[in-house]
Amino acid sequence: MTQWGRSVMIFVTLALGGSLAALAAGGDAPRHQLPAAADGQSKVVGLCDGKTSVTVTGVAPGERMDATKAREVATELMDKYDATLQVAHGGTEHTSRELRVWEAETKRVIDDGYKLFHSPEIGTNGISCDMCHPDASNTHPETYPKFQTQLKKVALLRDMINWCIENPLEGPKLADGDDKMKALEAYILSTRKGVPLDPGKH
Amino acid sequence: MAKYVLPGERRRHEYQDQRERWLQKLPQMSRRDFFRTAAQAAAAATVAWKGFPPHSFQLINVAEAKETAPKFTIAYISDSHILDKGMNHRFIRACQKAAQDVNALDPQPDFVLFGGDLAQLGKPEELAIGQGILKTLKAPVRMMVGEHDWYLDMGEKWREMFGEPTYSFDHKGVHFIVLNSVIVEDYWTAPKMTPMQRMLAMAQLDNPNGRPFTVGEAQRDWLKKDLAKVDKKTPIIVFSHSPLYKYYRPWNFWTDDAEQVQQILAPFSSVTVIHAHTHQPLTNRINNITFHGVLSTAWPWPYAPQGLPPLTVQMVRADPFNQFDGCGWGTVTALDNGQVNKRYNLWDRNPMDVTWDDVSAGKKWVAQTDAQLKGNVSWPSY
Repeated sequence: MTQWGRSVMIFVTLALGGSLAALAAGGDAPRHQLPAAADGQSKVVGLCDGKTSVTVTGVAPGERMDATKAREVATELMDKYDATLQVAHGGTEHTSRELRVWEAETKRVIDDGYKLFHSPEIGTNGISCDMCHPDASNTHPETYPKFQTQLKKVALLRDMINWCIENPLEGPKLADGDDKMKALEAYILSTRKGVPLDPGKH
Repeated sequence: MAKYVLPGERRRHEYQDQRERWLQKLPQMSRRDFFRTAAQAAAAATVAWKGFPPHSFQLINVAEAKETAPKFTIAYISDSHILDKGMNHRFIRACQKAAQDVNALDPQPDFVLFGGDLAQLGKPEELAIGQGILKTLKAPVRMMVGEHDWYLDMGEKWREMFGEPTYSFDHKGVHFIVLNSVIVEDYWTAPKMTPMQRMLAMAQLDNPNGRPFTVGEAQRDWLKKDLAKVDKKTPIIVFSHSPLYKYYRPWNFWTDDAEQVQQILAPFSSVTVIHAHTHQPLTNRINNITFHGVLSTAWPWPYAPQGLPPLTVQMVRADPFNQFDGCGWGTVTALDNGQVNKRYNLWDRNPMDVTWDDVSAGKKWVAQTDAQLKGNVSWPSY
């Protein structure tokens, strides 16, 4: 890699790291900063694009709207929405640098998942996931959600991951938001790229 | 034919199997045969009512050809992968379960083969626990080594406990050969891996940096010399951890010098390879050699995405909610004609038989479910 290329990589990593650090520190995704109501006392509702909003006169902030009113507000928001701005950063394509960074970060999480999948550390009895599932074979994540008789409920992939951690691996189950669970799911799903979804398949 | 008495609850499965076989053979029988055996059954019933189980279909076996008559039977227990994590660990209990099942056989097998991977990480404690369990077997035991036993200390402890991994012996007219077919090219010395790092690398089945198993030149030379003294008509049974053919390289279901080994065995009229490592029922035939896999007591491997030998009837996918499903032990019955019948004793399932008749006819009739009988399979996914 050239000197210039290396500088770019360092800059990008710092920038990315900076924003990731901000996310980690703040603990929140970026929030839509809503403008104040024109009359100073009505509810303001924001659209998911982070830009569009409407003022709902006659409804106070924090007050719950009835179904008819809520539907009116939603229709008004969608009418105001500028669909030409759907493409990220104002209509230009993703840069190759962006794509590389996103891919590298996704790969990092998948690799974390690979390590956990092959590690006896998530259980307590020395057994690891790859013992029954080499290369994540026979995990068929595309078949969830489905009713899992033995669990007596509809299961998602993470429910089965936790069942395996608790039972054959005799380990403590992972919380839904746990980075380890996300990494495991990321790895398992990555091995089934291109396989059609088939929820409910038994 | 010797009747094996399996633990109590399996007897009704045997009856179902016998009945199934009888019903399948029925369309192939001539009218004369049918009346003959029916008459025999009626005569036997009249003469010895007390001793004749009215629901037995065993008399049909009278019609079988003489050359597939059984000579003797051996049992196998394999791939126990023992971890030293308390005597209640599922791998230890499964190995004990297999030993109990083998001890319950009546009559006892001539000997029991241990198929390799006694320990999971090759530790002396693991090997010792395994040896302790195998010592409870009533029949004599023949040991075979697997990569999990070998790569912590390059077989030092194994040789101390069980002797040389490569040997041969004769038994009732069959020449048995035991190989160490998990030799891999040294990839640990240059990067200065510790013994445990080496063992962990070998232990990971889907290790993308793994090297293929081989028998190796030294053992191939030994094999040539050993077989030079054996008559070409003597039945040969080879015990090998790796399959001695090429099934799926990414999981080392593979022996890299398979063709060379098969070449050495080529002049012999009846050769069977019983191999471990794959933890699943597998059947293959290459030229004069029949290959049978064995079950693990510890866990089943899934079937590989490619390379499955066409003769194989897959076992139905293991139920993860049952810790013993897809696992078990089995037997190998040597026949008069030098070939073998193979039985997989899957826990919580009907035993699966792969007979010489099936292999030589080249058809996969062995079924676990009605769907397989119809050739129309939809695998369950749990």
